[in-house]
Amino acid sequence: MPANDDLQKAQRFREAALPYLDDVYTLARYLLRDASDAEDAVQECYLRALKHFDSYRGPAMKPWLFAILRNVCNAEYARRASRPSAIEDTPGAADQTPIWQENEASPETEVLRSRDAGAIRKLIDALAEPFRETFVLREINNLSYREIAEAVGAPVGTVMSRLARARAMLRAAWTAEEEHSR
Amino acid sequence: MTCDEARIMLHALLDGELDAGHAREVEAHIAGCPGCAAEFAAQREMQRALADTNLRYTAPASLRNKIEASLPKAQPQPTRRSVLRGFAMGSAVSALAATGIVAVVLRQDDQQRILSEVVSAHLRSLQAGHLIDVVSTDQHTVKPWFNGKLDVAPPVIDLTAQGFTLVGGRLDYIDARAIGAVVYKRRQHVINLFVAQTSSTEHRPPKTQTMQGFNCRRWGERGLNFWAVSDIGGDELAEFVDKFEAAMKANVEG
Repeated sequence: MPANDDLQKAQRFREAALPYLDDVYTLARYLLRDASDAEDAVQECYLRALKHFDSYRGPAMKPWLFAILRNVCNAEYARRASRPSAIEDTPGAADQTPIWQENEASPETEVLRSRDAGAIRKLIDALAEPFRETFVLREINNLSYREIAEAVGAPVGTVMSRLARARAMLRAAWTAEEEHSR
Repeated sequence: MTCDEARIMLHALLDGELDAGHAREVEAHIAGCPGCAAEFAAQREMQRALADTNLRYTAPASLRNKIEASLPKAQPQPTRRSVLRGFAMGSAVSALAATGIVAVVLRQDDQQRILSEVVSAHLRSLQAGHLIDVVSTDQHTVKPWFNGKLDVAPPVIDLTAQGFTLVGGRLDYIDARAIGAVVYKRRQHVINLFVAQTSSTEHRPPKTQTMQGFNCRRWGERGLNFWAVSDIGGDELAEFVDKFEAAMKANVEG
């Protein structure tokens, strides 16, 4: 039977950690690129977070949860026979099927044609680690540089250079694909 | 500043992570370097395109239920090992110095504090009798009411037809400054739209952040900073902001 302390702790944990479920799940989807693996990882992340909740001292809950999720995902990478293959800096291999085909917008009026979320998610998924992780933490999870540094255990300078690299690669892949579909 | 440095720093500028002095240094480099200027413009354009797209995922209800179900049970004795060990910022800061980008002053703490104040103001407003100073569903009553009370004229736009009912306006205080709050309702949920003047006329794409279970969507337009705060879902709040921005644009052009 649960002790009263445990119930109180569970309640505090619920209020502090559950509002970030979508954030944690989003990061898991981008890190693992698989819906069912992401679900398992998020569940494991919350179990571990509850276990370590007593030692949680802040400052921010979200980067703390992300740090735990990363550990879970690293175990998952190790479990997978080979690490997920990543498309390197030069995107647009010859056999890559274009994700988007449309001829309306002229390149003079619009440099980047607007995309549906699915097409952009594919471009992000194709980024190599650790650039994808840094990009997602900043652009989609809205973490500050300092919080990203905390979550991934890397210096802020490293975060900055990874982010610059990630955005350059994404931009290159985006435009390359437009050339391809033109 | 070299181009190699600028190619990294321009992202910090885009993300609003630089203090005024460093922002000026990067801007000065960009102004004198066509290559970096082109890269900056391209990256800004991509950031806007990304901000206009919902790239987040929503956790399936089954996952939420599973986690909820695992909570109230008695837990094994927690270990005292701190999972935060190794994340100390001290090492991060010294390593940053080693990269040569020595004096990046991160402004985020400020933004985090303001977000927290905005959420507190929202909470205060929900207490009985604190929500509205001027009660009206008519934008032509609410807008003039702000005259003389603020150094800025907050745009007051009736979005009743779009599903967000204008219910009134209020004066509030954020960051030790008087600020306008325009109050809307979506069903029984209150949306506070805080409006403050800013020196920047730059368009800042909307970003949603969550604090204490409230969603806050923040953006900047035409010299004004906006924060929309509510307990409605992130998607609905984004819808509100989209409708508001569209109506504001139509007002200006019409």
